[in-house]
Amino acid sequence: MRIRFRFAKTGKVRFTSHRDVARLWERALRRAELPVASTQGFSPRPKVHFGLALPTGHESLGEYLDVDLREPECASVDPAELPQLLTPLLPAGLTVEAAALVDRPGPSLQEAVTSCSWRIEVPGADLAELTAAVERLLAAPEAWVTRERKGRPVTDDIRPAVAMLAIAGSLPPDRLEPGVVLEAELATQPRGVRPSELLAALEPPHQEGRVCRTHQWIALDGARREPLPAPTTWAPHAQARAS
Amino acid sequence: MTSIWPQLEPILPKVARPARYIGLEDGSVQPHHDPRKVSWLLLYPDTYEIGLPNQGLQILYEILNERDDALAERSYAPWVDLEAELRSRGLPLFSVDTHRPAGEFDLLAFNLSAELVYTNVLNCIDLAGVPVRAAARRPEHPLVLAGGHCTYNPEPLADFLDAVVLGDGEEVVAEITEVVRDWKASGRTDGSREGVLRALARVPGVYVPSLYDVAYDGPRLVAVTPRFADVPDRVEKRTIADLADWPYPRRQLVPLTEVVHDRLNVEVFRGCTRGCRFCQAGMITRPVRERPAEQVRTMVAEGLRRTGYDEVALTSLSTADFSGIEEVVRAVVDDPVNGQQTSVSLPSLRVDAFTVGIAAQLQRARRTGLTFAPEAGTWRMRQVINKLIREQDLYDAVDAAFSQGWRRMKLYFLTGLPTETDEDTLGIAELGRNCVEIGRRHTRSASVTLSVGGFVPKPFTPFQWFGQNTVPELHRKVGLLRDDLRRHRSVQLKWHDPKATLVEGLTSRGDRRLGPVIEDVWRQAGTFQEWSERFRLDLWLDALARAGLDPDWYVHRHRTEDEVLPWDHLSAGLHKDFLWQDWRDALDEVGLEDCRWTPCYDCGACTGYSIEHIVASATPPAGGSQGTGQDLAAESSTPVQLLARPPQARPAQAGAR
Repeated sequence: MRIRFRFAKTGKVRFTSHRDVARLWERALRRAELPVASTQGFSPRPKVHFGLALPTGHESLGEYLDVDLREPECASVDPAELPQLLTPLLPAGLTVEAAALVDRPGPSLQEAVTSCSWRIEVPGADLAELTAAVERLLAAPEAWVTRERKGRPVTDDIRPAVAMLAIAGSLPPDRLEPGVVLEAELATQPRGVRPSELLAALEPPHQEGRVCRTHQWIALDGARREPLPAPTTWAPHAQARAS
Repeated sequence: MTSIWPQLEPILPKVARPARYIGLEDGSVQPHHDPRKVSWLLLYPDTYEIGLPNQGLQILYEILNERDDALAERSYAPWVDLEAELRSRGLPLFSVDTHRPAGEFDLLAFNLSAELVYTNVLNCIDLAGVPVRAAARRPEHPLVLAGGHCTYNPEPLADFLDAVVLGDGEEVVAEITEVVRDWKASGRTDGSREGVLRALARVPGVYVPSLYDVAYDGPRLVAVTPRFADVPDRVEKRTIADLADWPYPRRQLVPLTEVVHDRLNVEVFRGCTRGCRFCQAGMITRPVRERPAEQVRTMVAEGLRRTGYDEVALTSLSTADFSGIEEVVRAVVDDPVNGQQTSVSLPSLRVDAFTVGIAAQLQRARRTGLTFAPEAGTWRMRQVINKLIREQDLYDAVDAAFSQGWRRMKLYFLTGLPTETDEDTLGIAELGRNCVEIGRRHTRSASVTLSVGGFVPKPFTPFQWFGQNTVPELHRKVGLLRDDLRRHRSVQLKWHDPKATLVEGLTSRGDRRLGPVIEDVWRQAGTFQEWSERFRLDLWLDALARAGLDPDWYVHRHRTEDEVLPWDHLSAGLHKDFLWQDWRDALDEVGLEDCRWTPCYDCGACTGYSIEHIVASATPPAGGSQGTGQDLAAESSTPVQLLARPPQARPAQAGAR
């Protein structure tokens, strides 16, 4: 039996790595004494499947995790109770928003997700200048960026990956300097484009401040939906826990 | 200022492993600061990954936060990337718990576990915005303290530390808190710093370097004498009588990011009387104090449940000697909740088949590598260092391990030991080859790693008079082993950098004249010297030359019996004449029994403090011969010679072999 969790990663805990979060989950699942299935063999590992890695330092309101439970012990597990059970067993800022049974034959989270929505803070940016830069990028047929891959520079066109890009407003007043907030939807196939690459592709290039992944999207029968919808109450709850 | 988090937050994306700096560990607290409370910042002067698991720091963190009149937070040395960002923005060192500036605490208390971190201590003090030299501090500055094993010779750091604590910290932190509380209540007025230091010097176990005069005659140290009548001539270490009274940490910190020893750690006993002559930890932590087996079981079960770890280490200097070991092992293995998935590790395996049997019960899964520490390559050499393992003990242990599914052995050795000959050094390679041969009977992929470290003589050991091997001599010995093992690909050789060994030797037995050297190296950006990629011998040699000091005199010279040692005004309870006799016995290749199971030879640790070993069983642990001497005469072809003493009733012999 597979259970899918949706969780948020906000506040100080955003500085943990993808690997750190995996280990935090493994410990929390053990503390909750859930009957997590294990791999066979010499060194058994819990059967836990993570979605797309979130860059260290970025926040998220939509992270996912699939956990396989052992038959028949899993019969006593009620997914609806799991968010309340697990959130206190995770560090402050990792908040379990929802849990539900999933059909086993689906593709893995990594394969299923086709794009992510981002909220990108650009400290120090001027609203008019950035608005113009965004318009230029959207009007351009291509947008080349150079990144380092295995120690070598690789240049490619990220314009096809930019599904949406818009100005969302000004930075919240508690930030050290004023600036602008962008909203973007970036494709994850064939490779995940990072918000920093998007800002590097702007003319002139910009540097990101705080970044939050607000949604991950999967395509199903031509429609776009989230791997697990968030309960309607999530936003204020997650924000309150953010430090 | 209460928290620098808002300033820190935009910097963290620019530095490596930012999770080091965020706190939030399960078990951590966000203490309420109140001017009436004494605030401690407990610092480990190395990276978070190395420092977080330190049990001493975690124990004091809990004990202090349980008090009404104190609070404690933690800090670790920021890596060079964050340090550069902090300095360029004028930001201070901070606590990881509430991100409060370090300079706002009443006490900065350092844990000193290794000498090579000394320049990091200065760097942390400076980053806190506090003058690095104690003499330059004013009443508004925190008191800078240090504890931990290196404080048995704190003289190289004497210029920088306000006070030093010797021995177990559990009780003395309360007494220090009270002294500092009174100082705060009096308003920390101008000139009051001298007063609080005088008051601290009256607390047993606390050494205040600035209250002592040091006299030299040429290069020789003549005397270290107190400047005032109420300051003790000799500072004695603190020792808690019974570990059962201190079941800490109750809430071990669970880090968010990976650290060393990332598992539940339960200390099963403190102290060791095996009497290995090179081992400072075994000498300075006497006597043996075992935790009751029942308490160990409870701490393991509750700790696993609370933390979610799937591994627990039973820690001590030689865990197979714990008299409740079989009982505890059975309890962990049989626990229906944890037993199936929990692995138990014994960080210091004794070299014998019995211990391997215990390990086999414990590590049912993930049976990859085992580590033993024979320490020397020949029986003669092991008699000198009093690590009385027969070759057959090692071969039995290795045979048992390979036959039970382990495929890799790691063997720890020291080279540069007193009286060591090339035959002794090459004995290391021979042991390695023989172990591989034994392993091949069980698995074709058998491999053995020999890890060789250069020996550094330490204060309060019988080898404190020994002149350390030079860097070229250590290189030559490593070269002998490399040549000898060149054609044996199943035996891997690893060795520590002899150049770092030189600096360790310098700081471990140095005196106050090394203060300017340490400061000089720090000012040349010589931090994180224990990290091989950051270690710079040239900085140390240049600084020594500028200070007019000779490294040979400090490191490579044999000391004489009548020489005043820089730590003679401090005491770990050990009589100096006991240590000198043990040094003579070492040179005569005479072993000494473990006094847990044989009559007392009056080293001073028990008698001086009116305390005793706390051992649950009068019977030595089963199996092996290491140090106990009990079953050596029965089977060994080379029986250990024991010190002449009047025959007395011996406790019952070990039954199981």
